[in-house]
Amino acid sequence: MRQPIMARTRPLSPHLQVYRLPLPALLSISHRATGVVLAAGSLVLAYWLVAVAGGAEAFAQAQALLGSIPGRIVLLAITFSFFYHLANGIRHLFWDAGVGFELRTVHASGVVVVVASVVLTGTAWALGYAMR
Amino acid sequence: MDYRTPIARARGLGSAKDGTHHWWMQRITAIALVPLTVWLVASLVAVGAADHARTVEWIRSPAVAIALLLTIAALFHHAQLGLQVIIEDYVDAEGVKLAALIAMKLLAVALAATAAFSVLKVALGS
Repeated sequence: MRQPIMARTRPLSPHLQVYRLPLPALLSISHRATGVVLAAGSLVLAYWLVAVAGGAEAFAQAQALLGSIPGRIVLLAITFSFFYHLANGIRHLFWDAGVGFELRTVHASGVVVVVASVVLTGTAWALGYAMR
Repeated sequence: MDYRTPIARARGLGSAKDGTHHWWMQRITAIALVPLTVWLVASLVAVGAADHARTVEWIRSPAVAIALLLTIAALFHHAQLGLQVIIEDYVDAEGVKLAALIAMKLLAVALAATAAFSVLKVALGS
């Protein structure tokens, strides 16, 4: 049976333009966003493998494209998204096992995820440049 | 205690008619991808600046080729499961949603086949 509008007392979802997302909510939507970046990044991986199979010339072309400034920016975005999605994905797997649901733990593990993804991204790029 | 509605009990099917399969496959591929992608990214950091001959040599190692194939399979499976949920959540019009889902799934399979073929071509080529 339909209720009159005045009688509906269910909570409304937060108005995203005025509501400041708490850290866990921000991290949750970021998991999705980084997942989309990584799905796009799988195109880059496929392209790179095709270039390796295509021979020395195609490979050199791909390396030049990925090594260019826009190429590096794309790779940096993919690298950060990867480490974020990895760290937060592991956080999700712990939740799936029923571990870490305390509000305090949710906040703490969220901070760990952010710090870990920044540090790991920096480490990967420092090593990458060191290997050149 | 049965929390389902009477109509759900009568139909005897889950809400999406395949129960937890989607959720479960997403977790399994996620668990597989933890070691596989960490290995892949570490390898690409090390191999990334190598020339063609060294990159080919790397892929021709059986362990590397097998690991790459497993990564491709788990990666594209996981990606299409995730993108499916995003499309289902944000695309409202039923026709557009269906078209987007079909296009995305077919593209994922095509990309996985392309990537896997490239690895095999390098690994098995003379």
